[in-house]
Amino acid sequence: MKRRNDTWLLLLSSLSAALILVALYLALAGAPDVAAKSDTFRISYRIIYFHVSTAWVGFLAFFVTFLASVAYLRTQARKWDIVALASAEIGTLFMLGVLVSGSIWARPSWNVWWIWDVRLTISLVQFLVYVGYLMLRGSVEDPARRASFAAVYGVVAFIAVPINFLAIRLWRTNHPLMFGANADQGGLGPNMMFAFFFSLIAFTVWYGTLMWHRVRLEHLRDDVEQLKQQIVK
Amino acid sequence: MTYVVAAYAVLWAVSFWLVFSMVWRQRKLQAELHMLQQIVENEATPQK
Repeated sequence: MKRRNDTWLLLLSSLSAALILVALYLALAGAPDVAAKSDTFRISYRIIYFHVSTAWVGFLAFFVTFLASVAYLRTQARKWDIVALASAEIGTLFMLGVLVSGSIWARPSWNVWWIWDVRLTISLVQFLVYVGYLMLRGSVEDPARRASFAAVYGVVAFIAVPINFLAIRLWRTNHPLMFGANADQGGLGPNMMFAFFFSLIAFTVWYGTLMWHRVRLEHLRDDVEQLKQQIVK
Repeated sequence: MTYVVAAYAVLWAVSFWLVFSMVWRQRKLQAELHMLQQIVENEATPQK
């Protein structure tokens, strides 16, 4: 059974690597140029394909952490704690990617690396909230208490995600609106949709692969702990 | 173009770091598991 799972994981890893490579080609060369006056903006716009996909994975990962935390609080089952931890760890790293890639995009587009804009500030806060989640997990020794505290935190922390998602619609912000805005205002043109959605799918598969690996790692850690307790007894 | 390369390099670096950290942790845990299994087996074997 274990060997069969390993084969599926290897297949999924290969599939996600292939999808990411195609998405990379589409983002850098395959997708048409955005209609923009300046060459710098036109070229730097290609960052958007991976930047948005990375943000999508961050949001998805935190949503999974939220669901797994609720499931843990209801059932106290270790498997949900593992899923919540794995997803939060992946989401936090992807949010770091969003912040850095967004900042690099801002330099040629806005002429600054960072501004205290609503969207950017909420993204930074969201990242720090989940760094706090991981720090909380690292600071509690008792596994049952650690899982319970983390689950409550995982539920409360999720409030940052819908606020961040809606920020560009609720408040005035410099951040471009991807849908519903014209291409010259930073929105996606109809001919750019294929590359954009392909990238979203590729990153979703990539997230699934990383989750599988990370959950597997945590099960291995549990096996080690179990054996250690067996030896102590 | 420099900014595009920089942004993609950062995203790849984050992804690779995540993958390699998992591989590293997995190897460490597998080595520990192997060592513990040997200890358990040695304890289970009756001494002559």
